Amino acid sequence: MKTSPAAQGPPLLRARSLSRWYGSGADRFHALTDVSLDIHRGESVAVVGKSGSGKSTLMHLLALLDAPDQGSLLLEGADVATLDRRRLDAARNQRFGFVFQQFFLNPAQSVLENVVLPLTIAGVARPERHRRGMAVLEQLGMADKARNRATALSGGQKQRVVIARALVGEPDLIFADEPTGNLDSATGTVVEDELFALHRERGITLVVVTHDEDLAARCRRQVHVHDGRIVSDRLGDAA
Amino acid sequence: MRTSDLLRAAAANTVRSKLRTTLTALALVVGAFTLTLTTALGAGVTDYVTRQVDSLGAQDVLVITAAPPTAAAGGDPVAYDPETSTPAAASANPLGGGSAALTDARLEQLEGIDGLAVVEPVTTAALDYVGVGAARYLVSIDPTSSIGRADLLAGAQLERDAAELQLVLPVGYVQALGLGDPAAAVGTVVDLGLTDVLGQPREVRARLVGLTNPSLLGGGAGANAALADELATVQAAGVDAPARYAAATARFDPDDAGALAAVKEEVAGLGMTAQTVEDQLGLLTTVISGITGVLSAFAVVALVAAAFGIVNTLLMSVQERTREIGLMKALGMSNGRVFGLFSLEAGFIGLLGGVVGVLAAVAVGTALSAALSAGPLADLGGLDVLLFRPGTAVAIVVLIMGVALLAGTLPARRAARQTPISALRYE
Repeated sequence: MKTSPAAQGPPLLRARSLSRWYGSGADRFHALTDVSLDIHRGESVAVVGKSGSGKSTLMHLLALLDAPDQGSLLLEGADVATLDRRRLDAARNQRFGFVFQQFFLNPAQSVLENVVLPLTIAGVARPERHRRGMAVLEQLGMADKARNRATALSGGQKQRVVIARALVGEPDLIFADEPTGNLDSATGTVVEDELFALHRERGITLVVVTHDEDLAARCRRQVHVHDGRIVSDRLGDAA
Repeated sequence: MRTSDLLRAAAANTVRSKLRTTLTALALVVGAFTLTLTTALGAGVTDYVTRQVDSLGAQDVLVITAAPPTAAAGGDPVAYDPETSTPAAASANPLGGGSAALTDARLEQLEGIDGLAVVEPVTTAALDYVGVGAARYLVSIDPTSSIGRADLLAGAQLERDAAELQLVLPVGYVQALGLGDPAAAVGTVVDLGLTDVLGQPREVRARLVGLTNPSLLGGGAGANAALADELATVQAAGVDAPARYAAATARFDPDDAGALAAVKEEVAGLGMTAQTVEDQLGLLTTVISGITGVLSAFAVVALVAAAFGIVNTLLMSVQERTREIGLMKALGMSNGRVFGLFSLEAGFIGLLGGVVGVLAAVAVGTALSAALSAGPLADLGGLDVLLFRPGTAVAIVVLIMGVALLAGTLPARRAARQTPISALRYE
């Protein structure tokens, strides 16, 4: 970590000696031990590890979906432990976008309604929601599918809807957990291209959790996690 | 999340699994249906009784009777006092013990009470028959009919102060006496036969001014004050026996509840009982509300069962939608809003069940009521067995929504407490 793309000011996210464990006593399982990590604005970071390495636990902590048992996490210099639940909810809603391995699309709703869910939760008025939702769908070439049921789409289209949902709130940072895990390699590549294009063109910070070394290699920085510890953190050549 | 969006989402989620929502709401429909019918039954019967009550006496009239001689002291014999004691008579009621009669001296005492006006004895005459020509039928006269308002089918009310001898008869006599149709019968002069104290048959002629509906209560004829007096005089046949009255009536100010209580107490102090018409019917209305209460309790049992159905349905729904809840929470939806969403879904099921149940009850009940009025209950004129009131219907729907919301608390809490990651991991 010799150079950072945006070294000025506090990092977007700073993890300090994070530990997370489950159970207690002799049965205690350490999912994450003493992990420190800075994520700066505009970076693309791959968190790489095998299944059970603790990479998903690390992402959940960074994404404010879980709280550490030890250590602290700072969001733009502010300790998230001191933020109340409402501020945490608002941060996830407005600052972060999420792309999960599974699509988590509501089959009873239209594509557009699925996409604007973060705006609905934020309390944005309906016409404004529709306008922004349609704009994002258009960017991703999905505008003609806006009225379709979300279930009536192919895997690649579904993942594109998920990316639209992650983008609609104009987040600073997108967390992608195995974004191509459910797709065939051709579709997976298309989805990857879209994610990295957003990163390059809009400067959105990207945190990708994956066990796929090829996907990891497309990120500028790779953080390898093994048995709950960071074993290497290096800058590579972004593809 | 905006409340309007929350409402829309709740409604959409409820109709998402139609079969399940229908089955859950069905239990509520049964409850709402039963509750609507029982309250309508209570309202219908009470309304009917209230109208009958009007026929028993005006709202500003107290009926005063002498307290039974042994009642006041809880069964102990009471010493005779020539000033205050009233003559006692055996009662026809095997359980009621003796009853007492009022004398002129007692009436004078009553007139001395502030707040009581126009104290009048209720005179009773034992009639042998009412007749037109050769047609003669047994009849009795309601003692308080001179002060009451009859539930009229045709004709006019008795004139309280008229010198003319006036009579109202139940409509059933029209046919029997050969008077044609009710409207034509009004105005006919009829003979009232009685036997005086000396054993002589006597007749008094009175004009028929009105015909009354068939009634549950007080099914006898009515006489105005002039006729009642005349009958009593004729029956006494000039024999100067000390007057004995079954009861007396007096007027009071119906708008002053405090004064009424004071008057009642004063009358009680004289060893007599003063009752308004409402008091006299207290027992009857208590019985009616008791019966409707028991019936409503069955409806409430159905509602309790329905509440568990809602808990079960929504718990399943929370289970099924774990991932959806997890996603919404991950995307920043607050616990309160998740709780609100599931509560609203419960409330929506309640609204659905309540409205359908009430509407079904009104539809079935109206048809049933019409059939009963035309058939088995045709003898009770003016009775609507089921009386639906909009206010009650709204109250029932609100009650059922309340039950549903309450039942929704447990599942809604469970949904609100889920952590986003465990929900997202759920397969």
